[in-house]
Amino acid sequence: MNGVHDMGGMDGFGKVEAEPNEPMFHEPWEGRVLAMVRAMGAAGAFNIDTSRYYREALPPDIYLACSYYQKWLLGLQDLLVDKGFIAASEVASGRASEPAKSLKHGKFTVDDVERIMVRGKFARPAAAPARFKIGDRVRAKNIHPATHTRLPRYTRGHVGVVERNLGCNVYPDSAATGGGENPQWLYTVVFDGVELWGPDADPTTKVSIDAFEPYLEKA
Amino acid sequence: MRALETILTEKGYVEPAALDAIIQAYETKIGPHNGARVVAKAWSDPVFKQSLLEDATKAVRTLGHVSRVGDHLVAVENTPQRHNMVVCTLCSCYPWEMLGLPPVWYKAAPYRSRAVKDPRGVLADFGLTLPKETEIRVWDSTAETRFLVLPMRPEGTEGWSEEQLAGLVTRDSMIGTGLPGKPGAPS
Repeated sequence: MNGVHDMGGMDGFGKVEAEPNEPMFHEPWEGRVLAMVRAMGAAGAFNIDTSRYYREALPPDIYLACSYYQKWLLGLQDLLVDKGFIAASEVASGRASEPAKSLKHGKFTVDDVERIMVRGKFARPAAAPARFKIGDRVRAKNIHPATHTRLPRYTRGHVGVVERNLGCNVYPDSAATGGGENPQWLYTVVFDGVELWGPDADPTTKVSIDAFEPYLEKA
Repeated sequence: MRALETILTEKGYVEPAALDAIIQAYETKIGPHNGARVVAKAWSDPVFKQSLLEDATKAVRTLGHVSRVGDHLVAVENTPQRHNMVVCTLCSCYPWEMLGLPPVWYKAAPYRSRAVKDPRGVLADFGLTLPKETEIRVWDSTAETRFLVLPMRPEGTEGWSEEQLAGLVTRDSMIGTGLPGKPGAPS
């Protein structure tokens, strides 16, 4: 979706302000939110792509005004309500009042913590040979999916070069919307700054994205 | 937020003790010290460095202390000709096992919007100016690949142990928004 989350190349957000000696969490509740998202995901309530999609789908004014973990909390609530794990009335009252829905991997307990500290695996067997090879010139398609995609707007319509083949991976555009893993080849595609940003751009800049095969066409 | 945790607990989805354990694991097990050990090893051991650049996941798994790294880790090397910098314009993708949870600035709009269009301007916000002819390569983390920048080894560190070297490796130097510390300078 062409959401406000797709920020690459936007102007007006000001300087990057780093906080010296920044704590891991600024408030204890931030850690609780992170832990709930990880736990409910690991219990099988949703996959990582769906959780990203729900944060992107927050109204733009909310997205921009909220802190990072506020977005995580709001996205998690919306997702759990939509998938039937909690009811909107429960969010309103702050107490459980409806029957629970069964989780694919069951209740998340202390014994499950160890396994979530290793990242998931996203590589999958390929159904077809890779269409592009290293060195190929490719164009990021001029497409505007209304749902989740990982093709940033600033690259669409622009020509780059395939630099790495990252194997066949879970396709977020499908996985985020209940369409299954639908594995696709994934490539690192590198663009010249001038190709992306025009003749006034810094000619020493190159930018790469990791692009799934359906995002690309031969140039 | 407490309300949501209460609901999830009452419905039998999560144990509060499990949430405590997740937070504790993040606070104690991950952090830039992991990445710093990897960088220091690469600076000291050319064979390890080569395997890191070829397949970082596999290379890092040979080190016991950070053996739990997930798949899809890619290390990218800074050279006098090229400086690498990592961003996630779409959300906040970041190599957690290597660097810990990302700082607020990495997840916020100013960095995400400008890193791909004006990387030298962003580096200037960090007080870093690179030679005009240096290529700036920005890696936008749009899939599950996670990027670790391998900075250049500081001069004047000949004969240093891996442990001493690791002390010069800053988090930002592994994101590409900073350089490692210099010998004798306060870190």
